Amino acid sequence: MSAPVAQTTGTAAVAEAAAEHHQGHHPALQHHFENLEQQADAATLAMWLFLVTEILLFGGLFVGFAIYQTWYPELWHAAHKKLDPVLGTVNTVVLLVSSFTVAYAIRMAQLGKQRATSWLLGATIALAGVFLVVKYFEYSHKIHEGLLPGAAFSHAELAAQFSNAHVFFSFYFLMTGLHGLHVLAGMIVLGGLLWKNARGAYSPEYFTPLEMGGLYWHLVDIIWIFLFPLFYLIK
Amino acid sequence: MTTEAPAPATAELRGEPAPSYLQEPRGLWSWLTTLDHKRIGILYLISVTAALFVGGLFAMLIRLELISPELSFFSSTLAYNQAFTLHGAIMVFMFVIPGIPAALGNFVLPLMLGAQDVALPRLNLASWYFWLAGSALMIGAILAGGIDTGWTFYIPYSSTYSREGDAVLLALGGVFILGFSSIFTGLNFVVTMHKLRCRGMGWFRMPLFLWAIYATALLQIVATPVLGITLALAMVERAFGVGIFRPELGGDPVLFQHFFWFYSHPAVYIMILPAMGVISELIAVHSHKKIFGYRAIAFSSLAIALISFLVWGHHMFTSGQSQVAGAVFSFLTFLVAIPTAIKAVNWVATLYKGQIALRTPMLYALGFLFVFIVGGLTGIFLATVSINLHLHDTYFVVAHFHYVMVGGTVMAFLGGLHHWWPKMFGRMYNERAAKLGWLLVVGGFIWTFLPQFIMGSRGMPRRYATYNMEGLEVHQPLHLMSSLGAWVIGAGMVWTLCYLVYSIFKGRRAEVNPWRAVSLEWDVPSPPATHNFPIDPHVDFGPYDFERIDEATGLIRPGPESQRLLAAAAVKTLPPGAEEENSG
Repeated sequence: MSAPVAQTTGTAAVAEAAAEHHQGHHPALQHHFENLEQQADAATLAMWLFLVTEILLFGGLFVGFAIYQTWYPELWHAAHKKLDPVLGTVNTVVLLVSSFTVAYAIRMAQLGKQRATSWLLGATIALAGVFLVVKYFEYSHKIHEGLLPGAAFSHAELAAQFSNAHVFFSFYFLMTGLHGLHVLAGMIVLGGLLWKNARGAYSPEYFTPLEMGGLYWHLVDIIWIFLFPLFYLIK
Repeated sequence: MTTEAPAPATAELRGEPAPSYLQEPRGLWSWLTTLDHKRIGILYLISVTAALFVGGLFAMLIRLELISPELSFFSSTLAYNQAFTLHGAIMVFMFVIPGIPAALGNFVLPLMLGAQDVALPRLNLASWYFWLAGSALMIGAILAGGIDTGWTFYIPYSSTYSREGDAVLLALGGVFILGFSSIFTGLNFVVTMHKLRCRGMGWFRMPLFLWAIYATALLQIVATPVLGITLALAMVERAFGVGIFRPELGGDPVLFQHFFWFYSHPAVYIMILPAMGVISELIAVHSHKKIFGYRAIAFSSLAIALISFLVWGHHMFTSGQSQVAGAVFSFLTFLVAIPTAIKAVNWVATLYKGQIALRTPMLYALGFLFVFIVGGLTGIFLATVSINLHLHDTYFVVAHFHYVMVGGTVMAFLGGLHHWWPKMFGRMYNERAAKLGWLLVVGGFIWTFLPQFIMGSRGMPRRYATYNMEGLEVHQPLHLMSSLGAWVIGAGMVWTLCYLVYSIFKGRRAEVNPWRAVSLEWDVPSPPATHNFPIDPHVDFGPYDFERIDEATGLIRPGPESQRLLAAAAVKTLPPGAEEENSG
């Protein structure tokens, strides 16, 4: 029990008595929890609440997107043709597979297969890297063609047709950009988990951080599942 | 054993007084890296108090200017605009929102639940550092020239017209980060209340303060991210001009208002719900009577939280919103009055035939009742579209939300602070000094804001630096009155700070349970030890079962299960050898 126990003998003894049922506890157990199950429950609830905040963060952008699509339907249709559906599909597949690898990594941790867990986490990070590389090529192409937000917009064809063609690309860069930042954050989180897993931090008794990292990564995946049809597959 | 009588309370279990959380561990560094919810509560208390005084200073400057219809105190109207913007932004984001939950809530929530800490102590500390970082950016905004957009950062003020672009970006970034701080606190509290209630602590045995904090925390989690993205978009709009909010680029400034109020109306309840929770505690404890309508008060908090998401449009009756939307938002806004009135009626019913002790916390609670009801009822005026069109952007609105925010939240904050002060610092403040402070604050408050209702209803617009035109000069006497009252509040605040700080060093030592309350924070020493409870508590009584108080000792009598646990622990606390003597 790592509780900051008071130094006077009396209190120390009481705290010791109270700590009796903690004895033989897991090193990952924090002092204010009774057991690992309660700790894992708390972490899981906290993670789901955090995911709620993430969805609401993106929610503002999704609502804005829906409103402007209703106002400028022709622009939205014309502008979406400048996006490459093949690259978008590739990235969708890449993220779906990465969701599978991270889920499988957790399963391997539950079974105590530490090496397999590490390999699968590594694969997830690599797939996230592939996603970002594809995104890099998409972005460079847009920048090259001048399909940019605000004053930087310089695509002659769209500019001739629509007075505010840049707004579509404002949403495109803001939404995929914010999502890209989440992919980057996910890579860092998964990297940390990989590092700790390699040092043997997780076991069939204790793998809560892996589960939390996995939940976060699924969210990153799911947001893309919504972004992809909204931007690339407008009818 | 000669000590047959079971130890009466966990507080007395300690033979030697354990060092309190204030004493151990020592040193500034131990405070800056603490994971103890009590210390984080104190850190927050110091920080939000500083914000209160800075925000209050700006209010004083505003009131100085408004004594005269001409520009007199400030060098320009820009400086005046900056003063009211900073007053609003600092008070709302740095004081009122974190004030009660993060300072008082952090300190008492785990104690009330019988928990050793909040569920996520590191996130709790991170929340405070995010508060500091956000506040540093706000101060940076002041140094970078100040912002004059109003605390609402409306487009196009913030995107186009504000003269200090860098300052606007800094302030938006600061509020964005303060939002994280708020989310972390709320998230932590929800998880703690779900997962760390002690044995026997059912949801309906939680003190009503915690129900209010729970409703608040849900709002913090659900509403704040929307503010985050809105401010982020406003920053991008200011920096790059992306055409989402700026009309000349194809955007819609009213969309900003929708997004902003989708957060900021629930945020009004983030500000007032914890205050209502504090009042429930103060009224029950200081009238020594079981709260009337426990479940009604508990569920009305959740009802307010729910309705608060459906009323944001009432800030935009004059923004070109459709008449249908206006009527719907008006009707939904009326609904808020129902759960609010349920609370008020239950509080009054609790007072009825209670043993009312007119101590400072109770005085603040009574002040709250009188003032807040005026604030709430004038809200009904403003929710009525036809009246709103007349009163919109007048001092009537200013007076209304100050009656709610200052008369409600600040009074509950002060009442709660006086209520939990003996527990926090183990010292009693001087009761007479505190009563004088109360008189100055409450008296000064009414003196300041009642005239604003009158001049607002007569057409004095808000946010004007000068009023020497269109016959507005007639309001000068009322403005003068309001300005004088502001100085009385200021004096009351400084006085309160002085005697409270003095009490830490010279105050009489506080008992374990000075108010004879029954919630668990009054079952541990004043101030508590670093480790909240020597043995994990077991409750078999409600938070307002005052018959559980032992009249002789003033402590809570433990139930059978607690007695067994305490007795078992007490045996082990006897010094070695004691047991042998007793066994003979």
